[in-house]
Amino acid sequence: MTEATAKEVGSRSTKPAAEIPRLDLRALGDRAYQIAITAFAAAIPLLLILIAVSILAAAWPALTRSGLSFLTQSRWDVASGEFGAAPAIFGTVVSSAIALVIATPLALGASIFLSEIAPSWLRQPVAFLVDLLAAVPSVVYGLWGIFVLIPILRDPVGPFIRDTLHLGGIPLFAGPNYGYSMLAAGVILAIMILPYIAAVTREVLRAVPRSQREAALALGATRWETIRDAVIPYAKSGIVGGIILGLGRALGETMAVTMVIGNRPEISASLFAPGYTMASLIANEFSEATNDLHLSALMAVGAVLFLVTLIVNAIARWLVWQVARGPSR
Amino acid sequence: MKRLTLVPLLLIAIACGGDKQKAGSPANASTRSGSVDLTGAGATFPYPLYSKWFADYANATGIRINYQSIGSGGGIRQISEGTVDFGATDGPMRDDELAKAKGPILHIPTVLGADVVTYNVPGLTKPLNITGDVIADIFEGKIKKWNDPRIVALNPGAKLPSQDILVVHRSDGSGTTYVFTDYLTAVSPSWKAGPGKGKEVSWPVGLGGKGNEGVSGQVKQTPGAIGYIELAYAKQNNLPFAAIKNASGKFVLPSVDAVTAAAAATAANLPPNTDYRISIVNAPGENAYPISSFTWLLVYQQQADSVKGRKLVDFLRWALTNGEKQASALDYAPLPESMVARLKQRIDSIKVGSSS
Repeated sequence: MTEATAKEVGSRSTKPAAEIPRLDLRALGDRAYQIAITAFAAAIPLLLILIAVSILAAAWPALTRSGLSFLTQSRWDVASGEFGAAPAIFGTVVSSAIALVIATPLALGASIFLSEIAPSWLRQPVAFLVDLLAAVPSVVYGLWGIFVLIPILRDPVGPFIRDTLHLGGIPLFAGPNYGYSMLAAGVILAIMILPYIAAVTREVLRAVPRSQREAALALGATRWETIRDAVIPYAKSGIVGGIILGLGRALGETMAVTMVIGNRPEISASLFAPGYTMASLIANEFSEATNDLHLSALMAVGAVLFLVTLIVNAIARWLVWQVARGPSR
Repeated sequence: MKRLTLVPLLLIAIACGGDKQKAGSPANASTRSGSVDLTGAGATFPYPLYSKWFADYANATGIRINYQSIGSGGGIRQISEGTVDFGATDGPMRDDELAKAKGPILHIPTVLGADVVTYNVPGLTKPLNITGDVIADIFEGKIKKWNDPRIVALNPGAKLPSQDILVVHRSDGSGTTYVFTDYLTAVSPSWKAGPGKGKEVSWPVGLGGKGNEGVSGQVKQTPGAIGYIELAYAKQNNLPFAAIKNASGKFVLPSVDAVTAAAAATAANLPPNTDYRISIVNAPGENAYPISSFTWLLVYQQQADSVKGRKLVDFLRWALTNGEKQASALDYAPLPESMVARLKQRIDSIKVGSSS
């Protein structure tokens, strides 16, 4: 009611105005709008470039001093001015990879169940609970990791993998198992990124047109065949996008990882061995870094982290693009 | 209605506040209640004590001090750039850091802290006895088992398991690490040649935990673990700690008195022109606890802003007289009396403004 009257009043008041000025006014508005929108759009990449440039500038002294050995060396010794970030780069990539390996099937399974199979009364509460995982602060995940996950990894999980499954001989599970490990970091990260992947996947699956499913069913496909051959291919690029979103979060996560990974700058093949990540390294050392080279080295770690994220995202874009091309063929 | 009655009350309150200050100290006429008079930044270790000092000082004098416990590194950086009125650090500034500051900086010791060696050895009933060189060898990975003959020899009668030792150290840069590695450097030539001392060093073995809570959490949870944490944190959380053999050959448990004793022995032999950037690890003295250290406030000797400078000097004097008394209640060791007297003279050497 009120809206309608407001519109009427509006149109009545514009009517007496001459045609040409009114057009000009509209053009002016359009122009202002266009400029504003362009400025907003430009601001974001500009900000990104500014951040990249300022990090690179701050990192330059350490990068020029260490050169390529910054990426390849394992020794991080502030006192002697040797900065090798290889263990942290390795740790960031590996812990995120473990997280993806664990979280992706879980998240996909949960969202397929929720969008395709679950009865409607179950759908909302379970979806809500999955989303709630994203609302837990990172430090709480860290505490949970220390007090719950790590004792579990140390006692039932470690001996189970080694003695019951007889996998202790392979390097992946060798060495002492204190619980604080790359595996702990990977599991924590998996739980943290799971809601992101699940939420995106669920929405994407729900966006698949009904006709797609009905067509498959009409052809005599079972429910599983419908999901596999009609629904998932349609939603593929969106699902990959969700996974990438999760990966981005895993790469940058700091607090929870620092609390469970053991913070040891070493490269080890064993999942039970402690490790380090780039984000943890910066968070641990920044507040007490007084000497300029040390600060610069930490900035350089930041730059590498930035670059790794950029590369991963580029690969992801390419993947999404590849996948998106798939079903249209 | 409520708002209307509140406004006059507020005005009256403000007016009264202003009056009081004018009457009290004419020099501080520019002080308004509600504004911050001095800002400081730095060490997290003495923060619980400092925040009590600042609250008490504000109650007593109306001077408000804003302190940000951002870490010693940040404190040194900010005082060097002159963005705060004073800094605070657990490790003294190095010469090259002092050279970069905007003028001569004074180190004013405020209280003492200590690192304790905490451990998780199942079945141990008495506090562990340990020596500096054994600690160094454990942290270098040379001693690997709890029933190593060198540990057994120090603890006759104790049941030490044949368990692997897990070393836990700080992963974040910290004054606690500085004091600990300073001690290991003093007692072990091989530690000195190897990792050395610093707020973060390249640890030969072990896991890293973030903060005192990270280290103590890992030690508590892992049978066979050993780590180092601050005395105040260990006492407040009832963590076990080892008795450490001091320079006089006696095993001393960490305590506020044992830490003050470590400073007293050193303070008695201070050269007259000391800059107080002194290490008291492995100090002489029968009752001295060997892993002790000062914590410092950092102030410029030449205070450009005369109003702020005077306030800062007043506060430092108050801290050394009234503040010291509160230290032991919060598990910080107060400075030895003889040192306080000398430090007051040092505070007198701060030059305030151009006396305009």
